Amino acid sequence: MPTPDEVFEQVLAEETAKGSSPAVAQGRAKAARVRAQRGAKNPSVPDKSTAPAPSSSPESSGAASAPATQPESKPAAAATQAKPAAAAKPASKPSSGAPARKAVGNGSGAVPERVQRLLAVVKPEAIQKVERQPMDRVNVWPHLMAAEMVSLLVVLATVTIFSIMVDAPLRELSNFNQTPNPSKAPWYFLGLQELLRYFHPQVAGVTIPTVIIIALFAAPYIDRNPSTSPDDRKLAIVLFSFFMLTFAVLTIIGMFFRGPGFNFVFPWEGGIFFEL
Amino acid sequence: MAKASGWNPRQKLAERVDQLHNGQLWRSMFRPGSIFRRGYADSPRNRAYVVMNSVLYHLHPVKVKRHGIKLSYTLCLGGLTFFLFILLTITGIYLMFFYRPSDIEVYSDMQRIHTQVSFGLLVRNLHRWGAHLMVISVFLHMARVFYTGAYKPPREFNWIVGVILLLLTLLLAFTGYLLPWDQLAVWAVTVGTEMMKNSPVIGDQVQFALLGGPVIGAETLLRWYTLHVLFLPFIIVIFISIHFWRVRKDGGISGPM
Repeated sequence: MPTPDEVFEQVLAEETAKGSSPAVAQGRAKAARVRAQRGAKNPSVPDKSTAPAPSSSPESSGAASAPATQPESKPAAAATQAKPAAAAKPASKPSSGAPARKAVGNGSGAVPERVQRLLAVVKPEAIQKVERQPMDRVNVWPHLMAAEMVSLLVVLATVTIFSIMVDAPLRELSNFNQTPNPSKAPWYFLGLQELLRYFHPQVAGVTIPTVIIIALFAAPYIDRNPSTSPDDRKLAIVLFSFFMLTFAVLTIIGMFFRGPGFNFVFPWEGGIFFEL
Repeated sequence: MAKASGWNPRQKLAERVDQLHNGQLWRSMFRPGSIFRRGYADSPRNRAYVVMNSVLYHLHPVKVKRHGIKLSYTLCLGGLTFFLFILLTITGIYLMFFYRPSDIEVYSDMQRIHTQVSFGLLVRNLHRWGAHLMVISVFLHMARVFYTGAYKPPREFNWIVGVILLLLTLLLAFTGYLLPWDQLAVWAVTVGTEMMKNSPVIGDQVQFALLGGPVIGAETLLRWYTLHVLFLPFIIVIFISIHFWRVRKDGGISGPM
C-alpha cells in the first residue's frame, strides 16, 4: 500500500498529465492524500471503500427507501464517485483547508460509530465547476492593495509637491461695493456661466442643469443595451463623449477666453483672468 | 561577559514581546487568525487572512477578478477619490482649529493661517488643490464607469448613488469656496447663486434659504461653514458607504469590456 505522500505525488502527476491546471491538480492530490491518510489510520475500514459507505451500513439500508439502495447495485462505483465529491470540497478552498479537512476526518474516521445517511448525491462535475470558478481571481492582498498603495502615494506626492510650489489664492478682504471684473464662478460651474452668454438665464441656469442631472440619473434605464463592448455601444459612447467634450470646451472657454465684462479674449493677447 | 552572567537583552525583549502577544489586551485587540496575532508568512491562507480578519474586509473582498486589478481598467479613480476625501477631511480638521466663521474675524484668521500657523499655508494649499483634484477625479471616475459600461444591470442603482456623490462633491467644493471670504470667494459664490435665483416660481426663496438673507453676508458664511464641515460630509459619508457596499453586493468590479 502506498504512503499518503506517494498517493499525493501519483495523483498530482496524473492530474498534470491530464492537463488540469496546477491549482486543481494540487487540490485533487491533497484530497487523495487525505483519503489515503484516513485509510491508514483506520484499519477497521477497508481502504478500497473508505467512504462513509451509506448503503453498506445495516441501519441505513434498512431505513432507506428504494432510491437509496440503488447505489448498492454497484457499490464500488458509488463509493469512488461519492468520495471525490466529498473530499474535493475542502480542497476547493485551499485557504481554509485544514479545519475543513479535520472535520471530514472526524466524520468518518475518528468517530466510526456515527451513522451516515445518504442525503444527496453530488456529481463530481458540479464540484469541479466550483473549483474552476476562482481561477481568474487574485488575492486582494497583495495584488490589489499594493497597486492602491502605490497610486495613493503617487497622488499624495503630486499634491504635496504642487502645494509646496503653488500657493492657494487669497485676495483682499471681500468688498461688496467693488465687483471684480470679470467675476467668475468656481471652474466647475464655468460651463454653466458660459451658457449664460448664449441662453436666457432660466434656460442656462436652471433648465439645462436640471436636464443634465435627470439624464445622468436615468442613463442606465435609458440605455437598455446589455453589452459592455465598445463595438456594440457606439451611439452611447459618441453621445456621452459629445456632452463631456462640449462641457469641457465651454469650461475652458470660460476659464481662459473670457476677460473683463466676460467678453471673449485670447489668453495670449489679453492675459488670463482666472484663478482656481 | 554578558553571556556568562546570563544577561541577554535581545532574549529578554523577545520574551516581553511574546508576553505582549499572549496577553489579554493583545488578544482582545486582534481577531483569531489576524496576522498581528499569528504572524505573517506568505501563504495563500495568510493572504486571505490579511483582509478577512481586519477592518479592511469592509472595503475589499478576499479576492477580486484578475482583470479588475489591471491599472488600465479603473485607473484607480474611485479609490483615489476616496483617498482625496480622507486627505481633505484631515487637512480640513486642521484648518478648523484656526478658523472662525464670523465675518469680523474670518479674514484675519485666513491671514494668520497663511503667516503664523505652523504648516498653515501648506495645509491650506493641500486642502484647496486636493479639493479641485477630487472634483476632477469624480468626473473622470464617472467617465470611466460610463466607457466600461459598468453602470449596466445589476449596477444601475449604484450609478445613481454615484451621481448623488458627484452632486454632493460639487456642493462641498462650492460651499468651501466661500470660506476664505476674500474677493475671489465672495464674488464667485455671488455668480453661482445668482444662477439659482432663476429657478421658476421659488427662485427667490431658494436663494434666500441658501444665503440666509437677500445677499451674501455673515449669515451666509456661518450657514455655508456648517454645511461644509458638518452637514455635507455627514451625508456624503452615508452615500459613500452605500456606494462601496453596493459595489460588493452587485458582484464586485464589473466584467471586462
